[in-house]
Amino acid sequence: MALINSRSSIRAGQTSPHKLALNSTQRVMGLLVLATLPGLLAQTVFFGWGTLINVLWCVLIALGCEALVLKLRQRSLAVCLSDCSAVVAGVLLGLALPPFAPWWLSLVAVSFAMIIGKHLYGGLGQNPFNPAMLGYVLVLISFPQEMIAWLPPMGLEGHNNSLSDAAFAIFGSGVDAVSMATPLDVLKENSSLTINELWQANPVFDGMAGRGWLWVNVAYLAGGLFLLWRRVFTWHAPIGMLVAITIMATLFWQGSGSDSHGSPMFHLLSGATMLGAFFIITDPVSGATSNRGRLIFGVGVGIMVYVIRAWGGYPDGVAFAVLLMNMAAPTIDYYTQPRTYGHHRANKGMPKRD
Amino acid sequence: MNAQTKLIATSERKIWPLTGGVHPAENKHQSTGMPIASVPLPETLVLPLLQHAGTPAEPVVAVGDKVLKGQLIARASGVVSAALHAPSSGVITALESRPIPHPSGFSEPCIILTTDGADRWCELAAVNDYRRLPPAELVARIRDAGISGMGGAGFPTALKLSSGLPIHTLILNGTECEPYITADDMLMREQAQAIIAGAAILQYVLGAGQCLIGIEDNKPEAIAAMRAALAESVDADKMEIVVFPTIYPSGGEKQLIQILTGQEVPSGRLPADLGMVVQNVGTAVAVKEAIVDGKPLISRITTLTGAALQKPHNVHALIGTPAHHLLQQAGLHESQLSTLVFGGPMMGFSVDRLDIPVTKTANCLIAATQAEFPAAPDPQACIRCGHCAQACPSSLLPQQLYWHARAENYQQLLHHNLFDCIECGACAFVCPSAIPLVQYYRASKGAIRTLEAKQAQSERSRARYENRLARMAQESAEKEAKRQANAERAARLKAAKAQEQVAEDDPVQAAIARAKARKAAGAPAKVALSGEQKELKIQLSMARAQAKKTERALSACVDDETTKKLTSNLAMLNEQVAKLEQAFEGGSAEVQAEEKRVKIARPALSDDEKKRKVELAMANAAVKKLQRALDGASDDDAATLKQQLADAEQRVAGLKLALEGRL
Repeated sequence: MALINSRSSIRAGQTSPHKLALNSTQRVMGLLVLATLPGLLAQTVFFGWGTLINVLWCVLIALGCEALVLKLRQRSLAVCLSDCSAVVAGVLLGLALPPFAPWWLSLVAVSFAMIIGKHLYGGLGQNPFNPAMLGYVLVLISFPQEMIAWLPPMGLEGHNNSLSDAAFAIFGSGVDAVSMATPLDVLKENSSLTINELWQANPVFDGMAGRGWLWVNVAYLAGGLFLLWRRVFTWHAPIGMLVAITIMATLFWQGSGSDSHGSPMFHLLSGATMLGAFFIITDPVSGATSNRGRLIFGVGVGIMVYVIRAWGGYPDGVAFAVLLMNMAAPTIDYYTQPRTYGHHRANKGMPKRD
Repeated sequence: MNAQTKLIATSERKIWPLTGGVHPAENKHQSTGMPIASVPLPETLVLPLLQHAGTPAEPVVAVGDKVLKGQLIARASGVVSAALHAPSSGVITALESRPIPHPSGFSEPCIILTTDGADRWCELAAVNDYRRLPPAELVARIRDAGISGMGGAGFPTALKLSSGLPIHTLILNGTECEPYITADDMLMREQAQAIIAGAAILQYVLGAGQCLIGIEDNKPEAIAAMRAALAESVDADKMEIVVFPTIYPSGGEKQLIQILTGQEVPSGRLPADLGMVVQNVGTAVAVKEAIVDGKPLISRITTLTGAALQKPHNVHALIGTPAHHLLQQAGLHESQLSTLVFGGPMMGFSVDRLDIPVTKTANCLIAATQAEFPAAPDPQACIRCGHCAQACPSSLLPQQLYWHARAENYQQLLHHNLFDCIECGACAFVCPSAIPLVQYYRASKGAIRTLEAKQAQSERSRARYENRLARMAQESAEKEAKRQANAERAARLKAAKAQEQVAEDDPVQAAIARAKARKAAGAPAKVALSGEQKELKIQLSMARAQAKKTERALSACVDDETTKKLTSNLAMLNEQVAKLEQAFEGGSAEVQAEEKRVKIARPALSDDEKKRKVELAMANAAVKKLQRALDGASDDDAATLKQQLADAEQRVAGLKLALEGRL
């Protein structure tokens, strides 16, 4: 009864709702990392241990950079590091970079992504661009030689090299001599062979989308479907992107002659399509906000990926397409507010000034 | 569960899905194990004057008054207000501020009633057959019974029943979508007949053809009881029980209308605009008791639940019963109590005292342990994941509202329809970053309301100030105009005088010059003159000039005959001037005609004659001068002067003759 007539030890001032769903940023980020595992596995199987080492190395750099900046900004390390967003950025960059990218390449890409791409804008939730893609584009433009150094699938000469070899390649001498162009690259450079001839002439082509690449993309698709099932994100952006790529690839296929841009299936299951669709453009921070906005965002990325692949200067265009659409995201947001309950139509554009 | 699915299957009415929504853990089973219990009479009842939406009630009792159970102790103070009655018999021991159940933790005026234990009712006015009374009379009785919405918002019920708009559908809200709360569930299980009876009265009052009773499918016992009661009722054909899937916040008024009818209440409007009225099932029972039994609203069913209670259950709580009195009935473990929440976990508010009374809207008290309602974790950065937008039943973008709320960008908040937020808390519930979103929206709404009130005030002040400035400007402009007019008139008069002196010999010229001077000075009287008026004016000035000249001639005249003639001339001229003036000013036809007649009769002097007249006057003057000179002259000069005088006199005579011949 001591409590009755005086201010007591019971806690007040807590605002409703008093109980929250079991949801946290850590959980979201953890699910994301979990969903990359099939893709990581496939990439390791087809391209060797380099991928795994790369991913771990990138995560390490990401955490280091995050900690460094948090220290400089005098933020709580424990709280901010535990949101796992740095881990996700590291994993995604590690997967995107070539498997035997030299250690310094990853260092440049990841540290640029974390320090410039994320924290200089104000940290988690404030960055207008996808940090991983910023880092990727930086090294793609600065070190094109290293960035096209994708090994032939199934390791060197059809064999996966050992873990120590991979580590040596990354942290030691590099693998310039044995690198090989990706299917997208080969297709882009081709101007004389028909598709059938091209497929026969290049060991990199196997099946619809190229040896290994097909399975890597299928693995990312599986991870993405898992995330959709767990409702980490909505279908709008990934489906928008995939549908846009399919439509573009169908419209501009140009058959199987030497000027062919490749089949829709080839585009869906080659390069970074699935990684991009489910793990890159679903980054909510730098993407559009509403469902409709995300659909438009995904379609925009899909169209631009195809345009860059077919007529641009790079074999793949996911990173550029994502950055370009990042720029458009705020504008998309202004025009894609959903219709609120009890309103005849959705509000569009900027609020009216009085 | 079998019974449940069967019930849903038999529900034929089409239902519409709720937009968004969440599925928080229900936690309802804890408090449905026991029937609704009665509570021993508390020693004191604390009755806040404001237990409803609107203005506080006005006390009609004084300290020391003895009151009976059901007696009015405070009356409604305005249109949006509700009366308050003594929940038990006893003595009014104080009228003072006490902490009330409100998130602010503020104290508000309360009536303190010390019960006498007799619990003796006052006389009640029951209605045997309400259908004999006009709806307005029933509304008045509902108003007098102090009934306000029992679901949570506490809007005075009588007001909802008298919107004046045609109502076709009464919706009875038995949804109770908030976790933990089972007051409506237990009410439906135990008093289904009273609910149906109350609904029938409400339907009669509203003239509503149909009544939809909406219940979530997680209350199979309540659904069964309601179906059974409805089957027995005479009003069965006008009512329908609609069961729909459990999802939070389906019990929001707007959301329930959406689920049951597929319609949306337009933003800023009321359900009545759609021809619908939504009432809580508890309100229906209160209405039934007010009309059929004549009992005012003095008690309600409150759920006592939470892990800090030994036996969570529902009670019939008298309004004003302190929370600790009730919680003790449910076996409160004080040491485990960490948070006391009034209402549900999604929209309720925590209080920091246990002596806070139960009010008409207090449907639930949750005595929660630390583990049950853990302190909210520190909010993390918003990553715009959009889970909130998926959960929002109003299709808002909570993440955007959050950013704009933090930036205090009120225009953007309004552009994103902040005021359509029903504060259900679904967004904050799913937020992975544990951001207290609803709190941001409440704060922003408050800030915008304050700002708008301030703007309205400053707008009024500005209008007042501008009016004052305009008034002052007008006054000074008037003064200035007057001053200028005076100055002009003075200048004009001066100029006219000067001209007159210069052109004394030529009166016509002088008149023209004067007219010109007046024109130049912008004589106020000179407004667009008609041709006739112009002519009149010229005639007038000429006549005046002539009159003046004649006057002068008269003053210079010496011989009697001339004087006489000039005097008559002058009189005529003056008369003419007066007439012309009248004609010019009045402008009437008669005057003009008269003026014309006068003009004809007037001595129209030719130039020659004028000249002669002037010569005559001059000659006269010369004669006078010579005479004076002759008076004071020496003999030598006299002859010459006499000769000159004779010549002059002769000349005068000649001129006179010439003039008279003419006249």
